Amino acid sequence: MAEITKSQLSGLTEPIWRIRLRLLRRSFIENWRLFREYPIGMIGLGIIAVFGLMAVAHPILMEYVWEPRVYDPVIGYDISILAHPSQPSSTHILGTDPLGRDVLSQLLYGTRFGFSLGISAALVSVIVSTSIGALSAYYGGIVDVFFMRLADVVIMLPFIAILIVLSALIEFNGLSLALVYGILVGFGGQTIVIKSQALSIKVKPYIEAARAAGGSDGHIIFTHLIPNLMPLSFLYMMFTVTGAVFAEAALSFFGLLNIRMSWGIMINTAQAAGYLLAGPEYLHLMLPAGLAITMLCSSFYMVGRALDEVVNPRLRQR
Amino acid sequence: MGENSTLVNVVGLEKRFPVSAGVFGRLRGHIHAVDEISFEIPSGRSLGLVGESGCGKTTTGKLLARLLDPTDGHIYLNDEELGKIDLAEIRGQELKTFRRRVQIIFQDPYESLNPRRTIYDTVEEPLRVQGIGGMAEREARVVKLLELVGLTPASSFLFRFPHELSGGQRQRVAIARALVVNPVFVIADEPTSMLDVSIRIGVMQLMTELAERLNVSYLYITHDLAVARYMCQEIAVMYLGKIVEQGETEEMIRHPQHPYTRALFSAVPVPNPRRNRIAIEIKGGVPTPIDPPQRCRFYDRCLSGDDFCLNNDHPPLDDKGAGHRVACYKV
Repeated sequence: MAEITKSQLSGLTEPIWRIRLRLLRRSFIENWRLFREYPIGMIGLGIIAVFGLMAVAHPILMEYVWEPRVYDPVIGYDISILAHPSQPSSTHILGTDPLGRDVLSQLLYGTRFGFSLGISAALVSVIVSTSIGALSAYYGGIVDVFFMRLADVVIMLPFIAILIVLSALIEFNGLSLALVYGILVGFGGQTIVIKSQALSIKVKPYIEAARAAGGSDGHIIFTHLIPNLMPLSFLYMMFTVTGAVFAEAALSFFGLLNIRMSWGIMINTAQAAGYLLAGPEYLHLMLPAGLAITMLCSSFYMVGRALDEVVNPRLRQR
Repeated sequence: MGENSTLVNVVGLEKRFPVSAGVFGRLRGHIHAVDEISFEIPSGRSLGLVGESGCGKTTTGKLLARLLDPTDGHIYLNDEELGKIDLAEIRGQELKTFRRRVQIIFQDPYESLNPRRTIYDTVEEPLRVQGIGGMAEREARVVKLLELVGLTPASSFLFRFPHELSGGQRQRVAIARALVVNPVFVIADEPTSMLDVSIRIGVMQLMTELAERLNVSYLYITHDLAVARYMCQEIAVMYLGKIVEQGETEEMIRHPQHPYTRALFSAVPVPNPRRNRIAIEIKGGVPTPIDPPQRCRFYDRCLSGDDFCLNNDHPPLDDKGAGHRVACYKV
């Protein structure tokens, strides 16, 4: 070994981290090329991008364009209009709600909230389900039995009903809702799917080779098992976003969340003031929020569907 | 170490797997996968372990690599660095150190390399896990090993992924991974059976060459007699968890004595259509290895078995001259 000097390392002219970065970039480009072939994924991504722009637009508009006293999503009030809710006009593109607040401002503000809630719930659920799934597949036995029966119980629970009951005990804000929802999903169905994948990886000879090399359980779980689970975990993240956004809307609608403004609260406001079934002229109170919830949920779902085909070679056509 | 010193000495090695049945997992019996086998491998020589599917070859290999824990018996490794140790007993840190001395090569090169890790990561893994050397040193060692197994120039292979390599190249990577920690003993579990015939000989030549250069002994597990003959100085034939015959390769091939070995050898096709082959017959199929009766394991299929064979235990592996050992009462 001594006779080989650094310069003789067969032309390794770059530091290793740079090579790794390049490999990462290459695999990203490869996957992107595959992903691009699925129109459904591209549509989903496009919708997400629009929502992203909306979320970014709100603070900018508040700072430079809109008068905060009039346009604030929670405490704004337009005194120049006599009767609220008012119809869409040039000053209020989507009209005002029964409390005199600008609907468009609320919608944009709610986007930011829906986004961060969905993503953080998805992160929590993926961390929980991947680690629990990997552990129970790897160790088996009593660990496995415990978490799998727990998953069965969690799957049985009606989520929205449970969240309503929980909201009596905990004061939900965005973060705690994301945490609770993520944990519920993470311990439930996702764990079972991830575990079944982990089981098929666990028996591969490269796991045995790692053990024959002297690798500890921790080494095997973190360098072999979990990296091979990541594509599937990532896929399930997408689907969790959908569920979390929907759960937030449902809870807000019942008025159980302690948050400033969200799409669910917009619908709740309209409903509480009695405009839910008041006729087509009041559609602007519910339709924007309802449509936004539907679109955001379906966009993440569509991206998930396309990713499913990218990470699951068996599903690929051709 | 002298030419004739023993490297590996297996004594009464046994592995049983419990078989349970029914809803409540009632114990139904044990599969006698490896049943009190004993053999020696001198240092610098290789032993071929031959037998049909399900006879316990792979289990034996995994026991020797301590990927499975033996039910009973001893595996002594006579090593310059560690002295004489019983592999069946060691635990924890000792076991980890032992992993440097004994390595394993798997059958399927498509499954034995992690698809998400580069060749460099894969070959470096044993060094990293064992904490051998610094970054630069490990890098140099990996490059050297890749060049040794014929993946040159190493730099063009280092950061590729397994799916970018052919079957033969992958198996070379697997060989490099096994040899990177400088083992004295390597268990090769049918390393060429998944490869194309045209690539097979190259990998076999490489393994023989490396054995001489690095002073490694193989336990070469195979069902292919020709491969065993090419690779090994000695052959042991396994049947239902027992070694039924063992001896020098050429002696075994010329004068097989156990009825099972004779049948096995006569089944090898001869590339000459005119030559008359004497087919040695055996009857029936392999019986179940779940709690076999206490008699010769081969009795049910043997044509020369008689009442003595029926009423006595499995015959001992007796030396029939010149180190040729056979487990049969009729020889």
